[in-house]
Amino acid sequence: MNATPHSSEHIVKSYDDELKRLTGEIQRMGDLALAQLDAAIDAVVERDSEAAMKIVYNDNAIDTLEHDVSHDVVRLLALRQPMARDLREVLAALRIAADIERIGDYAANVAKRSIVLNQSAPVQLAYALPRLARLAGTLVREVLAAYRDNDADRALGAWTRDEELDEEYTGLFRELLTYMMEDPRNITPCTHLLFMAKNLERIGDHATNIAENVYFLVHGAHIAQTRRKGDTTSVLAIDDPR
Amino acid sequence: MTDAHFSVAPAAVPAAAAAPALGERPKMSARNLDFFYNGFHALKNVSLDVAEKRVTALIGPSGCGKSTLLRVFNRIYSIYPKLEAKGEVLLDGENILDPRFPLNRLRSKVGMVFQKPVPFPMSIYDNIAYGIRHYEKLPKSEMDVRVEQALTQGALWNEVKDKLRQSALGLSGGQQQRLCIARAVALRPEVILLDEPTSALDPIATGKIEQLVAELKDHYTIAIVTHNMQQAARCSDFTAFMYLGELIEFGATETLFTKPTKKQTEDYITGRFG
Repeated sequence: MNATPHSSEHIVKSYDDELKRLTGEIQRMGDLALAQLDAAIDAVVERDSEAAMKIVYNDNAIDTLEHDVSHDVVRLLALRQPMARDLREVLAALRIAADIERIGDYAANVAKRSIVLNQSAPVQLAYALPRLARLAGTLVREVLAAYRDNDADRALGAWTRDEELDEEYTGLFRELLTYMMEDPRNITPCTHLLFMAKNLERIGDHATNIAENVYFLVHGAHIAQTRRKGDTTSVLAIDDPR
Repeated sequence: MTDAHFSVAPAAVPAAAAAPALGERPKMSARNLDFFYNGFHALKNVSLDVAEKRVTALIGPSGCGKSTLLRVFNRIYSIYPKLEAKGEVLLDGENILDPRFPLNRLRSKVGMVFQKPVPFPMSIYDNIAYGIRHYEKLPKSEMDVRVEQALTQGALWNEVKDKLRQSALGLSGGQQQRLCIARAVALRPEVILLDEPTSALDPIATGKIEQLVAELKDHYTIAIVTHNMQQAARCSDFTAFMYLGELIEFGATETLFTKPTKKQTEDYITGRFG
């Protein structure tokens, strides 16, 4: 069950305007971060270093928006003394903004590493990366839509799907190890790819954080179940295939 | 003061039926309480526990019955005609609405402080001593000690100790209100009822009263009516939200202000109606 957002408005109308502005800023941050992620993957696939540099530069815009959110949160807390759901709304905005900012950082990191990657010969495996990115992007899109619509069920759905992303990442991790063991010349590009894949996997983790905050915002309680995790790379033994 | 115009009807429902459980020892309890002003139904079947040595806040829009409830707690309404209470209000298990419960005893156990400070037109010392003399005959030295104790508990001693013989009317509004609290405390009551005690005070004086409330709850049970929700949130342990004479929601203050269970409560505390 989803608790519907307030049907009635505040007696003081400017309070509603300020809350709306805050949620609007989060939406804009989310749209920007998603655009950065899509563009970063395009830059990897197209081997377009110029586009990648633009992405690294554009990350500033997300950081600026995060500052705006922090500023508005402090002002709302100080001047409006929000209570109950309003208070959760304000807290959720602060936390979600921090997660989106990190997502933006990871997208920029992927772009930055693609510039180095472009200096060596194309690696076949660069194509597995877009699959991972699409999945991460879907999760982020889902949780942002859940935030926009106050839809805790949708948030919960995305939260459980992070396991798929983890599994995909573990698969890619194994493949990259194999490539490196086969030919030491692969080590440099594959190491970069490994970090890029890890960045995408982390984007999924931040999407689950956002999902948890949406759930808290709607229900005033934390998600009761524990999440299954598919990232087993931290305990993966390296076997020499030869 | 006379009890002639107030009557008590037997409670319709067994007493414990609708009593909220707080996990605390109740000092005062309203049980299925109804109250009528000249036929107007001002309190509707209210059951609520005021926990011992805790602060219980009553909030709600104007006319919701919160002040009426507080006034029933020390039967102050009984000085007016045509007012009627049905149900029970228990003080340590004894029904104070029973006309046989002596009003004098009730008032010495349950003190009250009002919205506007009302010092008596006499010296600061006599403001405190007046009530004590009503109940006890004390030699002057003992009376001096009691006055000092009361003023100290009222967080006023340091400000007035050198001018005890001056008129209380010369004190600032905040000092006058603390004097009224000291005057209530002087009788060594068990319960203190505060009806909008800071609504006429500036923020500094308000802060001092709130600090005083925090200190007093070690010794007294306190019920406070306030229009200021942040004040209820800051200084109470339990909060009751009332609307149109009914108790809508009652529970731990933290829960009520962060995750209320009723939509009416949520709408009120977030400023959506009132």
